[in-house]
Amino acid sequence: MSAESAVRAASIVAALLFILSLAGLSRHETAKAGNVFGMAGMAIALAAIIGLASRSIDGTGLALIALAMVVGAAIGIWRARRVEMTGMPELIAVLHSFVGLAAVLVGWNGYLSVEARAGEQTEVAGSLLGIHSAEVFIGVFIGAVTLTGSVVAFGKLSGRIRSNPLMLPGRTLLNIGALVAFVVLTVLFVVGPNLGLLIAVTVLALALGWHLVASIGGGDMPVVVSMLNSYSGWAAAASGFLLDSDLLIVTGALVGSSGAYLSYIMCRAMNRSFLSVIAGGFGNEGGTAPDRDYGDHREISPEDAAALLLDATSVVITPGYGMAVAQAQYPVAELTRKLRERGVTVRFGIHPVAGRLPGHMNVLLAEAKVPYDVVLEMDEINDDFPDTSVVLVIGANDTVNPAAIDDSGSPIAGMPVLHVWEAEHVIVFKRSMSTGYAGVQNPLFFRDNSSMLFGDAKERVEDILRAL
Amino acid sequence: MQIGVVHESRPAETRVAATPTTVGQLRGLGYEVVVAAGAGLASTFPDEAYAAAGATVGTAAQAWAADVVLAVNAPSAQEIAGLRDGAVLISLLTPALAPELLDALAARPVTALAMDAVPRISRAQSLDVLSSMANIAGYRAVVEAAHTFGRFFTGQVTAAGKVPPAKVLVVGAGVAGLAAIGTASSLGAIVRATDVRPEVAEQIRSLGGEYVAVAPAEQQVSSDGYARETSADHDRRAAQAYAEQAADVDIIITTALIPGRPAPRLITEEMVASMRPGSVVVDMAAAMGGNVAGTVADELVVTSNGVSIIGYTDLPGRLPAQASQLYGTNLVNLMKLLTPGKDGQVVLDLDDVVQRSMTVVHAGEKTWPPPPVPVSAAPPPAPAAQVPVVPAAVPSASRRFIGVGLAAALLFVLTALSPGPLIEHLTVFALAIVIGFYVIGHVHHALHTPLMSVTNAISGIIVVGALLQVGRGDPVVTALASLAVLVASVNVFGGFAVTRRMLGLFTR
Repeated sequence: MSAESAVRAASIVAALLFILSLAGLSRHETAKAGNVFGMAGMAIALAAIIGLASRSIDGTGLALIALAMVVGAAIGIWRARRVEMTGMPELIAVLHSFVGLAAVLVGWNGYLSVEARAGEQTEVAGSLLGIHSAEVFIGVFIGAVTLTGSVVAFGKLSGRIRSNPLMLPGRTLLNIGALVAFVVLTVLFVVGPNLGLLIAVTVLALALGWHLVASIGGGDMPVVVSMLNSYSGWAAAASGFLLDSDLLIVTGALVGSSGAYLSYIMCRAMNRSFLSVIAGGFGNEGGTAPDRDYGDHREISPEDAAALLLDATSVVITPGYGMAVAQAQYPVAELTRKLRERGVTVRFGIHPVAGRLPGHMNVLLAEAKVPYDVVLEMDEINDDFPDTSVVLVIGANDTVNPAAIDDSGSPIAGMPVLHVWEAEHVIVFKRSMSTGYAGVQNPLFFRDNSSMLFGDAKERVEDILRAL
Repeated sequence: MQIGVVHESRPAETRVAATPTTVGQLRGLGYEVVVAAGAGLASTFPDEAYAAAGATVGTAAQAWAADVVLAVNAPSAQEIAGLRDGAVLISLLTPALAPELLDALAARPVTALAMDAVPRISRAQSLDVLSSMANIAGYRAVVEAAHTFGRFFTGQVTAAGKVPPAKVLVVGAGVAGLAAIGTASSLGAIVRATDVRPEVAEQIRSLGGEYVAVAPAEQQVSSDGYARETSADHDRRAAQAYAEQAADVDIIITTALIPGRPAPRLITEEMVASMRPGSVVVDMAAAMGGNVAGTVADELVVTSNGVSIIGYTDLPGRLPAQASQLYGTNLVNLMKLLTPGKDGQVVLDLDDVVQRSMTVVHAGEKTWPPPPVPVSAAPPPAPAAQVPVVPAAVPSASRRFIGVGLAAALLFVLTALSPGPLIEHLTVFALAIVIGFYVIGHVHHALHTPLMSVTNAISGIIVVGALLQVGRGDPVVTALASLAVLVASVNVFGGFAVTRRMLGLFTR
């Protein structure tokens, strides 16, 4: 058994463990085991590679590796322990940007250690040099797009950048132009590799990544985050081609395709085509909808809401991003517990794109110790609304908008929504009568069976708890 | 200002416009309240209770001479004369049917608000006397029917034999009809209900009733919240449906009313004749002529084949304490609207649609009818909206094959042109993509976030690439690679740690 074959064997084992990890993560019962598989796979891969590297590099190199890994691990674990569950989307976006950055650096290194020293190097045979050059280029391109895209996504999610879509004139042409330029640059680079071209493609990709995400509205963030997840996988796979590493290719492809599928699920949940999300600009169409008089809305006091809840036999809570913003998940969980103690059936209906991250609401509710078997998906609960006494809409808007079904002219027409209006009473927790991310007015608020409870969601839920 | 609560002069009226509870609420708005002696007796509210709630017990004349007069029924000519100049009278006035009453009121410098002219908009629901009275009437109609009906409503199997459940047909599913449906089904009867507005089918089912479509072809979408008159063709088919139902059910409760018009005749003599002896018909539209042939207002009629037809028009008044409480609360809600300052001063705002609609006489001038108020929050669905959204075109099988074939051919050419080592990598790459796709296929929606953070940690595997580039001589490469190792390590460790933390939160 040579060192080489040991590393290959370790790679295969690690790759299989990663597959088991992803498979495990698809069910609650096996999720924790899945995470352990992932960690084991990573440990095996790292041990094998470090073992291999230690044979060929000096002590200084090993020390550098150890230092970099220790510092990186410290930062990573520190952030992971400290992050608020509401801040999860931002953390994940930042982590994506790191993968992008690493891919760019690996690509540059590939150039510096091969093409830049074409005369003396022996690692890559002359006939394969062209392929290698192309791989460098592709790796750097995808990595750089992921890097700036994730940074912009982080900025939007954390409110450092305005979440409105950026509307440059001819933005689709800009995107296509950048892709064409990339192809041209790649051909030039394969023919005659030089540093100038590599810098050019890096800048081009950085600009493209920034523009791609900047032109997507805040409401589409769940799709964007999972799309960036996919990109980071493709970046890793590209590096794998560059470095001749099947482990990287397999892992990158796994992450890439699963991320893409997840984005597809999100898009389907919004009844949008993948391309229309990537092309961006959603969220400004709402402005063109005609202003219509929907009638009057009705307000309800927390005391009356509490009385309604006590009389109810079945309550469904449909949370949205507003619950995360107000940090209302703890009082909501407390409310759930109290109502369940009194024999009221309480369930949660989660729209697939609620929040700013796929599954965001589930994590928040889990954090507040809401049992996960009462947290249901839109399709699981939509048929039950007619038998529901009270629906609490907490910080959600577009995901409960009947216009998506009734009004074929609405910008969100055709998007599957939670049919909350079929319940006996709907209580909407909202800060004001403003529109949601899609900029569309919500006729739900004006229905006869809807009442509004204005104010901070957390405080209002606490008011209800006191009144119970 | 002073509010007068009058003693109703109409014979057999049992209701009163204020209860001790609502008197307290009116006083909370800053008013003084004078109650005519004996006003609440028929509703079992003695004078002492009013006095204990802070009201002055006075004479009938004192009550009628107050600044604001609260009454249940329309005043007589003598009572109108007893109003003081500038007084505000609030009661049921049926403005559409009693023009001479409006004229008589307008002859005095007074303001009159009709509690039965509240527009049916959401904001005004708390004032809607017609709804609150109809609710009581619907309940009472079932109670009256059960009282007259010689059998159980609920089905039972007893030692003395099996009892089938009663079958009840409710015609018209407005507020009264829905109340009747709910009451009858909670007594255990089999309840069927019809309405010309198909959108109420859901409400009927929600109360335990079964919706019987009388004529599916004609759909009425109500824009003012009330039913309208129907076409001849519709009526013919409806008659057929009613005839079938009449022969089958034990109890019929009719609630069909069209505002400002005689009640539609829905149940004919033949239908009544086809009913079994002992059956009961309650005609809640008796005051407006009745939905049933043979109804006599305020009386119980037994037909020659033993069917009882109840035509009581005072159904709400047969639950006097309840009716007074709800009517009184409606009035309190109106007074809240009229007293924005909570200072005991009436401020009538004629720009407000609710107040404008209710004001039938203003300072001696007739202001009826008010401008129409559209109430339905949702506009009637345009025909276009009813066309189902065209499902995304599913590519036909042949097109699909062509697409897959083209992709396969392209892939073949590209791969065949690639040098050996690349092909190996491409094989691995392609298989991994497929595996990734299938592995994720059935992921539970709640686990999207942990899945994303674990894939993110896994994609930190790029650290492997960077590791191999450290310490290969070139200091620039080593520096860049070390940086890459650092950021990728953040990813690996941070990603797994945060996933672990999240998964720890999920508990059943």
